Amino acid sequence: MPTTSRIAEVQVGDALPERAHTPTNVSLFLYNAAVWNPHRIHYDETYTIQVEQHPGIVIDGPLQGDWLAQCVTNWLGDSGVLVRFQYSNRRATHLGDTLTSGGHITAVDATQQLVNVELFVKNAAGEITSPGSATVRLNA
Amino acid sequence: MTTLLTEEHRAWIGHEDPPTQVEVSRRDIIKYSIATEQLQEKFLRGDEAPPMFIFNLFGALRPISELRHDGLGRGQNAGPRMPLPRVMAGGMALQTQRPIRPGDVLTGTNRIVDMYEKSGAQGPLIFTVRELRVTDAKGEPVLVETQTSISR
Repeated sequence: MPTTSRIAEVQVGDALPERAHTPTNVSLFLYNAAVWNPHRIHYDETYTIQVEQHPGIVIDGPLQGDWLAQCVTNWLGDSGVLVRFQYSNRRATHLGDTLTSGGHITAVDATQQLVNVELFVKNAAGEITSPGSATVRLNA
Repeated sequence: MTTLLTEEHRAWIGHEDPPTQVEVSRRDIIKYSIATEQLQEKFLRGDEAPPMFIFNLFGALRPISELRHDGLGRGQNAGPRMPLPRVMAGGMALQTQRPIRPGDVLTGTNRIVDMYEKSGAQGPLIFTVRELRVTDAKGEPVLVETQTSISR
């Protein structure tokens, strides 16, 4: 597991590792079971298309929020703690889509050991579906 | 813009649900970590919960007979009946004091902090913002989650 450098070694503009995500029926089922979400748009394709008029099974927004959080926690490793995290869902995504999470450093406060990062999940067309941001405190 | 939110809706701003308690198990953390394809061993072993494990951790557990046609529970969260029927997750903000760990007995207090309208590409949207304050068995703060749901 890669860990972040010490505060002196990170700088604004540094990229966080990108990761591709391709949810399946099985992974979406397990996610919705784990978070106890029975909304049919995540597993019932006929209902999703005919009643709620989505083009296909909808990938949960909070699952994409998790990928954004993972982008930070995987980069951070055991080198610090997450202090603040936020994301929003801007575009719908559907089963069959491959999405990519990533981010970059936007601010470094060496005195307080704080690092701000901007995060994204984007679709194959490069459109950001879920933007986010986070603040981490690196270990001294 | 047409106003869908009435004074009756807005009167819910500030409403606080009674606190609820959740016991966190290692197994639930592991299930979540597998489902979200976590990479770090501390999450996959269930030693610590990933940050987004909090999502719906305090959600109401309704009997199947109380679920609507869309699968969601009637009165999933306290609040007014919305004039727009379909609900989707809008986003979340977290301020964390410490990670959630197995064995934690957490108390969550949910409050409606805002309600507002916007016009989207496909029609009006109503945003409801709820704040969840989570403390541990000693009453120490664990996190504050601010969640936005969108009715469309």
